Amino acid sequence: MTVFTTTGPRSLDDPDFADHFLGLVGDGDEYGAVEAVTELLDDGVPPQRIMVDLIGRTQGRVGELWAANEWSIAREHAATAISERALAAVAARIHVRPTRGRVTIACVDGEWHALPVRILAEMLRLDGWRVDFLGASVPGPHLVTHLHQTGPDAVALSCMIPTRLPRAHAAVTACRSAGVPVIAGGRGFGPGGRYAQKLGADAWAGTAQDAVERLARDWPPPIDDPYATAYLGDDEYTYLVRERATLVGTALRRLSAAYPDVARYDQRQRDATAEDIGHIVDFLAAARYVGEPAIFGDFVDWTRAVLQARGVPPPALAVGLRLIREQLTDLPQALRLLDDGLNRLR
Amino acid sequence: MTSHVPVQTGERAIDPPARTAPTVVAAPPGLLRALLDAAPEAVLLCTAAEHTILLVNAAARELVPGLDAGASALATPLGGLARAVAEGQDAFTDEYDGRQLHGRRRPLDDHHYAWYLRDRTEEVTRTAAMDAERARTAFLAEAGRRLSASLHQRRCLRTTVDLAVAQMADAAVVVLPASRRQSEWMRLVTGGAVEEGSLRESMLAEVPGLVEALGGFPPVPSRWLDASQVPGWLLPADFGPVGALLVTPLPGNAEPAGALVLARRGEHAGFTPDDELLARIFAARAGAAISAAALYRDQVDTAAVLQADLLPPDLPQPDGVELIGSYQAARDGLRIGGDFYDVFGPTAQNDDTVVVLGDVCGTGPEAAVLTGKVRQTLRALRLVEAGPVQMLEVLNQALLQSGRRHRFVTLVVGAVGRTDHGRVRLTLASGGHPPPLVLRADGTVEEVPTSGTLIGVVSQTVVQPATVELAPGELCLLYSDGLTEARGGPSGTEHYGEHRLRDALSSCQSMPGAAAVERVRQLVSDWVHGGMRDDIAMLAVRAPARTPLSLRGGGAPIGSPFAIDARRADRRQRARP
Repeated sequence: MTVFTTTGPRSLDDPDFADHFLGLVGDGDEYGAVEAVTELLDDGVPPQRIMVDLIGRTQGRVGELWAANEWSIAREHAATAISERALAAVAARIHVRPTRGRVTIACVDGEWHALPVRILAEMLRLDGWRVDFLGASVPGPHLVTHLHQTGPDAVALSCMIPTRLPRAHAAVTACRSAGVPVIAGGRGFGPGGRYAQKLGADAWAGTAQDAVERLARDWPPPIDDPYATAYLGDDEYTYLVRERATLVGTALRRLSAAYPDVARYDQRQRDATAEDIGHIVDFLAAARYVGEPAIFGDFVDWTRAVLQARGVPPPALAVGLRLIREQLTDLPQALRLLDDGLNRLR
Repeated sequence: MTSHVPVQTGERAIDPPARTAPTVVAAPPGLLRALLDAAPEAVLLCTAAEHTILLVNAAARELVPGLDAGASALATPLGGLARAVAEGQDAFTDEYDGRQLHGRRRPLDDHHYAWYLRDRTEEVTRTAAMDAERARTAFLAEAGRRLSASLHQRRCLRTTVDLAVAQMADAAVVVLPASRRQSEWMRLVTGGAVEEGSLRESMLAEVPGLVEALGGFPPVPSRWLDASQVPGWLLPADFGPVGALLVTPLPGNAEPAGALVLARRGEHAGFTPDDELLARIFAARAGAAISAAALYRDQVDTAAVLQADLLPPDLPQPDGVELIGSYQAARDGLRIGGDFYDVFGPTAQNDDTVVVLGDVCGTGPEAAVLTGKVRQTLRALRLVEAGPVQMLEVLNQALLQSGRRHRFVTLVVGAVGRTDHGRVRLTLASGGHPPPLVLRADGTVEEVPTSGTLIGVVSQTVVQPATVELAPGELCLLYSDGLTEARGGPSGTEHYGEHRLRDALSSCQSMPGAAAVERVRQLVSDWVHGGMRDDIAMLAVRAPARTPLSLRGGGAPIGSPFAIDARRADRRQRARP
């Protein structure tokens, strides 16, 4: 049984501190977590460091622990909620008069990882921006309405999962046609933000500090024709999106026919299987949309690691890939992606 | 056309003899001279060694009067020609007496060459005019695109000064009509940053032509405006003397949207009639954008005032009870709809907190207005100490008597109070609404056994209330049917359904209330694959988990809800006695 006392490691430079804090958020100890960051502030630690080096990094470890199947999804969510409370406690102590312009921060529609952008929001407030934080999963029309009503100088748009890129693209184009330049952020935009450029974003930042620095110099950039980058994707993308229900449905039927165990699944297991197969189609579509094979390759590698941590061997994923592959005949690019994925699972 | 064929034939016939027997007849020099004078092209004949001009034809004399035979080509009144000769160039372009001249040199024999001069003034003027026209068109197209992009007035003003400085002036100031004796302005100087502020209406008269422009009078030509009269406050101190000033009205909706003041630096600066025309066309576009933005702002402000009471409320946080609300409107731009929730805090007579969640028929603004009325009625009923069942009965009568047909509502009303040991007691009554779900500490999910008839349909309501108790960490979820009826899944058309909702809730065991509600939202969003079609409202009432003992410095072991997980994951550093 674990026990904490109020006298945990006090310094952010103490290697034990990160583990201490991880323990607090992992146990859902809101008071302990808030107390820890409050003490750091009292000791004169800059709030930026607490947000980035402690709360942000801890959140990264929470994600890793979930991926490694060491923490349940419930524990991950609970830990995130506690991290948000700790962040709010830091933010409550920050009082900076806005001296720069106004910035709108949002997660793209369907994107629920809000903590990283919440940290960014507070970092920008500290830097003198007036910040409108719209939160997780902001539908495009809502975002655009907000822009017309508040007229910000920048939109910071976060996307952690590449399957949201088509929607991120629509949001980027809409923001830029409303005259507001976009800074993109989050893993979903690919290594070094490579996909952000294809989607027409005016800038990309890998970390909250990078975003703060980028917005601090020569912003706003001039906006060229927003429709120059308004159309991506090809007929394969269109097919995959329009036929998604059929592809997943057929795959499920054939799976049940081939594996009697699957036919005996209850609704929860069936839903989970359908979701997994749906992911294959969604990542294929995203890779075709952006024209980046790496999106699908990375998905296969990542899924294999996550499944392996849960005791599921690679062939299970290969079965899923084959079930989609055998339904696609006239889609040479998608077939190439699936073959490459199957090779990765060998 | 008809003569063409015989000539060709004739040439073919006489060609061979012409080559074999050339006939040379020397023309008299006077005749050659006359021939050259009659030619429309200006010609100079020069010696190759000394560059002495031997002959100047009539066209050349007319074009450049100072050209004389016998003079040196190195010292002609036409500077471009002299330079070209000195530098050995074979062509030059120069302006002489307001004409654009172009010269080409052709060698004639070893000792002589000739310059052929052409007047290209018209061609050059035409090209310049065409380039200017093209630039104006491109500028206006760009202006139209950028000005139409935003409905936000500050952004429109910003775009206006940006464009004006890029194309038309060294400084641009937009001044808006005075409101409450104050006039807002925005200014940009080449190479500077946008500045903004407001000034007293009485100061507007200090800028020549500004009051007229804001008053809707025709624009005053730039040459009538005395640039030296510009007051110091209009432009930054380091701008320097203003050479030319142009004040153009920004036309709006039947009254001016503002005025655009353009300034150019330097003594010889000026605005040509073409500049003034361009400024006027540009101002028309800018004015339209600025006044449309003003109209939008007025409507948004009005809508915001009207919406204020219809938006989900900020929830109070009563002691010992956690309340979490979540609302997602189908029409995202609007953020209001037919689902609603509200919380009424304790009164002097009653310590209970009252929670309400419901759904009126329909969506959008019409539905939202009805939710406002329902919420207000319940708030009043709360003050006369009505219990949940009574509240539903009176609300039913009120809706029936309002005279409008087909306006019904389903809702759940609950009275929330604390009991001992951190437990929370809820008395819930449903009027035709899906029964709330309770998430127990062990992860099981129960349906609260309350039921009742729709409110606002029949005069006699039948309501079956129910009471549940929540132990610390347990949660009761009130939700609207938009949640269970969300269509999605693999087929894209299947309802999310109560079964999945129960599973989802069960997976939220021991989460803080906010995390649980967010997780359910996320799972439904994933189910529908984005693009919600219906309003979704959720209100969770939770008995907070006990405060960890560590906070009190007691050092007693705490029962972490994730104890098993914790032991497995963090064996490294964690055990501290």
